[in-house]
Amino acid sequence: MTERVDLLLAVADDELILGWRNSEWTGIAPFLEEDVAFSSIAQNEIGHARALYELVARELGTDADAVAFDREPHEYRSAPLVELRRLEWARTIARHWLYETADAIRLESLKASDDTELAGIAAKIDREEVYHRIHAEMWIDRLLASPEGRPRLEEALDELWPYALGVLDGELRPELVDRVGAKLDRTLPDVEPVPRGRHEAELAELLEEMTSVRRSAPAGARW
Amino acid sequence: MTVPPISDFSRTPALSRADVWQVLAEIPDPELPVISIVDLGVVRDVRLDGERVHVEFTPTFMGCPALDVMRSHMEDAIRGLGGEPEIEVILDDSWSTDRISAEGREKLRAAGFAPPTPRAAEPPTLIQLERGSFRCPWCGSTDTKLENLFGPTPCRSLRYCNGCRQPFEQFKTI
Repeated sequence: MTERVDLLLAVADDELILGWRNSEWTGIAPFLEEDVAFSSIAQNEIGHARALYELVARELGTDADAVAFDREPHEYRSAPLVELRRLEWARTIARHWLYETADAIRLESLKASDDTELAGIAAKIDREEVYHRIHAEMWIDRLLASPEGRPRLEEALDELWPYALGVLDGELRPELVDRVGAKLDRTLPDVEPVPRGRHEAELAELLEEMTSVRRSAPAGARW
Repeated sequence: MTVPPISDFSRTPALSRADVWQVLAEIPDPELPVISIVDLGVVRDVRLDGERVHVEFTPTFMGCPALDVMRSHMEDAIRGLGGEPEIEVILDDSWSTDRISAEGREKLRAAGFAPPTPRAAEPPTLIQLERGSFRCPWCGSTDTKLENLFGPTPCRSLRYCNGCRQPFEQFKTI
């Protein structure tokens, strides 16, 4: 596997898996606006994943669906942060904001890549991610301003912090430390990142569910 | 004036780029049929090479399910002209809501969708979306408030007009 395919898969798998996790709120979010927001964010993330899988598929001589769905759990390159099943609001918001903040840093670096095709896609993705970041920050501000919300959010952020660091390569992590610390106005604990390459047990369950329809159809079925 | 040989009159007239643009301009956006895909600005270029018709297509929002439908409608329209379609999907930052034509924007407004504000040098902020001057497509008032950043499709957010007390859909700027 080339370095380029590895990079594309890391970003695409993050977006696909988190898109799936976000879609788990469809129909059951605390109120209708968030039901719509998380569903729409999920749709965007899966759209980004698809575009990146197309590039991978072209390099590997296959199609995007095969890349997205036909791998074994250990072959995914997603970060453990996006794999966690977190159907609890404070943790959902904590994960959403930590991921979007890390993803913004990653996109900034990809937009400056000398791989012009990847830089162009990153720029396009970033136009949509702006709205995800505004949404996540709006929720962080809201919870931080609430006597009940703040401790719950802070606890969730501390729990997920090692996972958030694991989304980025080593050289981009200090930027995440700075941005998250500045927003929360405190120093984050100095912890070992939960690195990409390790997988949460929940990933296999997610993939089992996500690929069940595809696996039930005969090979070569057209959708 | 030179009279062309008789045989030339019996041939199928050659396709022109204008013919292709014209049929593409008749294809409605699958989700917002009030405007065409040409009004939407997703067709960046049309080139001809004999019967091969090469179209550069710049998608809107990347997860928009209408994109595949647009693509197949373009292919059908080009085949209808006797051409062989080649749709090239350009995935870079070249499509913006600024590419929606002036005519397209008016069609959107008339149908109750507030057209997008112009793309600025810096990405939008929550303050701008909450306090900016967004005009109600129904009554024209700018006394409107943001209800939800997200809406029924990726390209729209929801606002509420205090003037006529109607909700409306506002195109996001990208």
